Amino acid sequence: MPSYVNAEKCDGCKALDTTACQHICPNDLMVLNTETTKALNQEPSQCWECYSCVKICPTQAIEVRGYADFVPLGASVTAMRSTEDILWTVQFRDKGIRPKRFKFPIRKGVAEGQAQAFDHYPTGDDDLKSPTLMCEPAGLNTEDGPVKMDKVPTL
Amino acid sequence: MADFETVTVETDLLICGGGMAACGAAVEASYWAKKHGLKVTVVDKAAMDRSGAVAMGLSAINQYVDLNSGNNTLKDYCDYVRNDLMGVTREDVVANIARHVDSTVHLFEKWGLPIWKDEEGNYVHEGRWQLMINGESYKVIVAEAAKNALAQADGEYFERVFITHPLMDGDKCVGAIGFSTRENKIYVFKAKATMVAMGGAVHVFKPRSTGEGFGRSWYPPFNSGASAFCTIYAGAEMTCQEVRFIPVRFKDAYGPVGAWFLLFKATATNAQGGNYMQENAAELDKWEPYSKVKPCPANLRNWLMMLDVMDGKSPIYMQTHEAIKAIADQAPDEKSAKRKLRELEAEAWEDFLDMTISQAILWASTNVEPEVKPSEIMACDPYFIGSHSGASGAWVSGPEDLQTDETKDEYCWGYANMTTVNGMFAAGDASGASSHKFSSGSHAEGRIAAKAAISYIVDNNDAPNVDQAQVDELTAAILKPMDTFAEHSAETTDPDINPNYIRPTQFMYRLQKIMDEYAGGVSSQFITSDKLLEKGGELLGYLKEDVAGLAAEDLHELMRCWENIHRMYQADAHMRSILFREETRWPGYYFRSDKPSIDNDNWLAFVNCTYDRSSGEWTMAKKPVKYITQ
Repeated sequence: MPSYVNAEKCDGCKALDTTACQHICPNDLMVLNTETTKALNQEPSQCWECYSCVKICPTQAIEVRGYADFVPLGASVTAMRSTEDILWTVQFRDKGIRPKRFKFPIRKGVAEGQAQAFDHYPTGDDDLKSPTLMCEPAGLNTEDGPVKMDKVPTL
Repeated sequence: MADFETVTVETDLLICGGGMAACGAAVEASYWAKKHGLKVTVVDKAAMDRSGAVAMGLSAINQYVDLNSGNNTLKDYCDYVRNDLMGVTREDVVANIARHVDSTVHLFEKWGLPIWKDEEGNYVHEGRWQLMINGESYKVIVAEAAKNALAQADGEYFERVFITHPLMDGDKCVGAIGFSTRENKIYVFKAKATMVAMGGAVHVFKPRSTGEGFGRSWYPPFNSGASAFCTIYAGAEMTCQEVRFIPVRFKDAYGPVGAWFLLFKATATNAQGGNYMQENAAELDKWEPYSKVKPCPANLRNWLMMLDVMDGKSPIYMQTHEAIKAIADQAPDEKSAKRKLRELEAEAWEDFLDMTISQAILWASTNVEPEVKPSEIMACDPYFIGSHSGASGAWVSGPEDLQTDETKDEYCWGYANMTTVNGMFAAGDASGASSHKFSSGSHAEGRIAAKAAISYIVDNNDAPNVDQAQVDELTAAILKPMDTFAEHSAETTDPDINPNYIRPTQFMYRLQKIMDEYAGGVSSQFITSDKLLEKGGELLGYLKEDVAGLAAEDLHELMRCWENIHRMYQADAHMRSILFREETRWPGYYFRSDKPSIDNDNWLAFVNCTYDRSSGEWTMAKKPVKYITQ
């Protein structure tokens, strides 16, 4: 069942209006069973295995078991995502193969929530009719090179 | 009728969607709206942090033109796209995206996206146009900037509201209507301009895996044709509806092959070790002139592989171990060879973990160590994705300043990226004939379209005239599946089997079976013909009638009903366009057995179609291909 919920670890996100997994699933698959107060994947065959629910779960109750119609049992890929990086652990079906562990950055130089949309470069003109977008032409360039917009429309 | 509250939202610009194009539109629109005192509203069926095709992340940015380096020009990019699409492309739209995409990528970096740099601080290229990134949070970062932009401009966004239809005032779009997937509410958005950016379409065709792995499509299953439906229903002229995309990926989990081909220089072979690109090279003579240009078009690379598959030479393998060995062999000593091997291994796994985690699971479960043994690759199923190497979407106005005397009357009607419907704009997968924009170009195109839409609103600042009768009629139609279920479900002991209705999952299976067997899906090895398409069209007609019999038990299922109605219109436009184009132009995407060759004398042209919602009739038209670079 692509993403599945560990019954012991899931607390149904009691403190929140909606469960974190229900909030994030791009395909509207995660729901809260109000009787058990645990989350579940209501339509596993529509699961893309995107891990959005796995990454957001505050109690790390969600994992993925590969699609049973073509994935042999016994392997696992688990994710631990922090605000700056993500740690992956890959365990093989053959336990003789050493598990792999990778840590990759997920952001650089800007703290979570702080991505300011505007004002990284000056905007060349205020003309709604011109092809110049916000932060152009300066932003078309790397940090310190010359402006290129003038030559751009010339093909 | 089901008891739903109606929420009315009045705005200036409505952006439908939450993916890359919609987020680009939100940022740019907010900037200009703030200056002009206008309001921007975004409506998304999911949560913006993880909505759209980049939800999982990406391991590369596939469009970076790098104009500043002097190595590439806009013409180079147009040449690349035109050739890959076998000559059928709107160069004005492609060039417009290409001249802005670098600034979008630079903004991504400012917003915190980690782009790989070499020792001198230059971006690491995967290929000529591709940059390597640590992209697990690509979408989260882009959404964050969009949300911050909206907040600064007093805009607003709605999540978990699913748009079903555009609202029309004659030939003008005046907003959109949909429903909350969380509570019993109909949402009516009244807008002076509306942007369609709700992605492409997946699950129109039957996927290869039909059990639990049904959802493991290469493009996401939640891209369900809303863009296509909303533009078609509005009466917008559509283009390239026959130009589906079939990627070749690692088999079953559909993990990316780009890094293997481009970065690691791996080769793919048939089961006997034969390189199909070399052994089948004579076939390329049939697809000139495009087949003789480097890089070879994606659909022709597919086709040479498919010839081997049809010849029984499967499995097809990516020779990963040979590629890794060749790179490690270049190291000066054993120690650096080992270090290099470790680096490559991490890069290969990150490629999957960033964007197709299922592939990592599949490799782990089948004990694949890429440095030890090769892995199978295979053509996926057909997708509608105008942003990648497909081209389906709405026919949009190109920018005024890039037109030539020959193109301006055909391709430009004033506001960039406006469809042929007044006030309706399209970007990303929603806009057609401008392939190879990918994630970054979709964002850039969203920005282009948003600025143009703000300009349109300033010029046409009339309050949207939304007819209440239309809202009432659409509300009743939207909720009908719930009424049908409520009325009939108790009549049988199993609510799934009832002579009075069809549930959306079965409706989807029926659509997929028609497309698979008649329109050149997986099980027919992507081959179709006029006779097959005519028969398929007849069966699709019955399906269309059975929309009246759809039933939904809850809001989730109501969303599934409308997703599948949207898919059905994409399917209809697709079959009609394949039938209208009397040739085979992209053999690796579909092959018409009754018209098995390319016909440049008659069909180096766009196939456009328009739907009339009052009569249900389609009008097909051939539109000239005119280049701005030549």
